[in-house]
Amino acid sequence: MSTEVNQIEELANKEYKYGFVSDIEAESFPSGLDEDIIRQLSEIKKEPEFMLEWRLKAYKHWLTMEEPNWANIKYPPIDYQAISYYSAPKKKPAKKNLDEVDPELLRTYEKLGISLEEQKVLSGVAVDAVFDSVSVATTFKSKLAELGIIFCSMSDAIQNHPELVKKYLGSVVPYTDNFFATLNSAVFSDGSFVYIPKGVRCPMELSTYFRINAANTGQFERTLIIADEGAYVSYLEGCTAPMRDENQLHAAVVELVALDNAQIKYSTVQNWYPGDKNGIGGIYNFVTKRGACRGVNSKISWTQVETGSAITWKYPSCLLIGDNSIGEFYSVAVTNNFQQADTGTKMIHMGKNTRSTIISKGISAGKSNNSYRGQVKIIKRADNARNFSQCDSLLIGDKCGAHTFPYLDINNPSAQIEHEATTSKIGEDQIFYLNQRGISTEDAIGMIVNGYCKEVFKELPMEFAVEAQKLLSVSLEGSVG
Amino acid sequence: MLQIKNIHASIEGKEILKGINLKVNAGEVHAIMGPNGSGKSTLAQVLAGRQEYEVTKGEVIYNNKDLLSLSPEDRAREGIFLAFQYPIEIPGVSNTNLLKTALNEIRKYNGQEELDAMEFLALLKSKMKLVEMDQSLLNRAVNEGFSGGEKKRNEILQMAVLEPKLAILDETDSGLDIDALRIVASGVNKLRSEDRAIIVVTHYQRLLNYIVPDFVHVLYNGRIVKSGTKELALELEEKGYDWLKDQKELVMN
Ligand SMILES: Nc1ncnc2c1ncn2[C@@H]1O[C@H](COP(=O)(O)OP(=O)(O)OP(=O)(O)O)[C@@H](O)[C@H]1O
Ligand SMILES: [Mg+2]
Repeated sequence: MSTEVNQIEELANKEYKYGFVSDIEAESFPSGLDEDIIRQLSEIKKEPEFMLEWRLKAYKHWLTMEEPNWANIKYPPIDYQAISYYSAPKKKPAKKNLDEVDPELLRTYEKLGISLEEQKVLSGVAVDAVFDSVSVATTFKSKLAELGIIFCSMSDAIQNHPELVKKYLGSVVPYTDNFFATLNSAVFSDGSFVYIPKGVRCPMELSTYFRINAANTGQFERTLIIADEGAYVSYLEGCTAPMRDENQLHAAVVELVALDNAQIKYSTVQNWYPGDKNGIGGIYNFVTKRGACRGVNSKISWTQVETGSAITWKYPSCLLIGDNSIGEFYSVAVTNNFQQADTGTKMIHMGKNTRSTIISKGISAGKSNNSYRGQVKIIKRADNARNFSQCDSLLIGDKCGAHTFPYLDINNPSAQIEHEATTSKIGEDQIFYLNQRGISTEDAIGMIVNGYCKEVFKELPMEFAVEAQKLLSVSLEGSVG
Repeated sequence: MLQIKNIHASIEGKEILKGINLKVNAGEVHAIMGPNGSGKSTLAQVLAGRQEYEVTKGEVIYNNKDLLSLSPEDRAREGIFLAFQYPIEIPGVSNTNLLKTALNEIRKYNGQEELDAMEFLALLKSKMKLVEMDQSLLNRAVNEGFSGGEKKRNEILQMAVLEPKLAILDETDSGLDIDALRIVASGVNKLRSEDRAIIVVTHYQRLLNYIVPDFVHVLYNGRIVKSGTKELALELEEKGYDWLKDQKELVMN
């Protein structure tokens, strides 16, 4: 094997940059799951009765379900009784002022280069930081409140806006949806809630940085975003996680609702601990993300840059219910070492003149496995639906795998569907060409990969795109990545 | 500046270069000619550091350094530039981005300050004129969808921006129309200087009318079988390479 490939592998074997554990004291439930645990959880969170009932219904349903096994991923059986279903920072910090936030937490953010101060000053981004399971800092709230925008933790929303929660929670991803979403419905601990009122354009990007921290604590986030008629919001979700030895389950649910003429842009940079170069440790990321374009002319865009997790199982989807509604999915998924990703999207066309676009870039390095799984479904009454899909795979080295599983289910003859797929390798001649111009192999790979993903990056908000590019280079240092 | 001593190189066990000797001083222009498959590009790639070629014997001294021990990127940073016979496409990476990154890497290595976007664009503009290149090619992805001639011109633009000490142009003239040939040649001529050496690999005497070499060498079956001045190129044009078979035997004996 040539030196270049060896170099690539060397780069790929660099340590996870963000692997560290911060030692904020955590209060956790003992491991295990039963009705009592759920009652306790609901009680700690002072939830109204309807919430507890919903959780219990979900739990009972979950007991009847089996873990799915159709995805192209492999992992040892998860012992759901070995997981602790609640963990919260002990000192509950006040939310007005950063001075009151645990300094250890602030240091953690600084290590990640995403300090709240910086975020506030630099970008005018309102940050709702989720640390383990409880929100610890929320900023810019008052400014948003003036516009009638609600941006708060899910726990707050359940207490302060129960009517909205009751109306929309589970309306896109029902508690019976799938094994992981059902589990989430029973035990979700916290998450973010956003409501943009009629005709309001949210003036800033809303952002949440998720962290998984306390050892052995399953993380069950629940996010709900509602854009009322004519509203617009751009939401950023980003995360990094500390180094861990044991696998951590993460089963989040994200629901988006766009009413008439509303638009939601949801961007994710996901960088959870992928495990070490031997495939030990790492996060299991089994996420259900779905958006409903309920109103006419509504639009939902998912943009994701996935570099982390040992296993990713994730299909952000759009239900195009309203006439003329639009769904978009832009994805970069990087796998390295022993990472496995089975990700993609579903575009379900139900209204007339609905359109969807899918751009997926899979990059595999090391011994990793990267699968794209995408479904385009056009129901009978969805006249004049259009879909364009492009699924590209890039291989780095010759021990990794890339797979594409497109599913088409077309029930209306007026549909126009285009599907393109390519597989390519980073050429040694490309690397050599850049080397010859004075650029190191590491930077060359970063450059080539970033070029390859350009179509997706341009969908990300500016600061996020820069972060994503850096992240990609870092991930490829360990994959290439 | 450059001294190649008895270089042998092979690929996949097949020996391509069979003992090359060549000395190039600063300020000189050397032309290398020779039939297809004789090893011209191999020599160029070996000098640039392509790992696929295994150097089995010999050494290369470049500015008092052991060239073969340097990585390809360090060779570039030390001032070696190769204009590729077949320039590579890099989708999604803009030409400008590549050039800026490359220039700043080279400057950093040499202890110079990096150029910011404004300074770089000013420099780039002036260099664009040198090769009369269209602005629109700058924002396009590196060589992607470029015509053959545009690719070659782009190589010369890169050379003009990076200002190498030793430039190796591998058949930069092939694929160029008559006007482009003149433009590229005049671009190269403007880069000729006291402290810069240029090696041009070509099949055509025509180019050497524009870029007048100090020396012409004939590479034949992995060896330089004849060296001379620019008249040698004319002689080759007239007689082809066949008559050199005898020369080759002379050299071998
Ligand atoms: N990767 C490779 N694998 C096998 N043989 C190779 C490889 N690269 C080059 N060669 C062989 O080495 C020999 C010299 O090739 P090279 O490209 O150096 O010739 P050249 O003199 O540049 O020819 P041309 O004038 O056609 O450009 C050829 O016979 C070629 O087939
Ligand atoms: Mg050649």
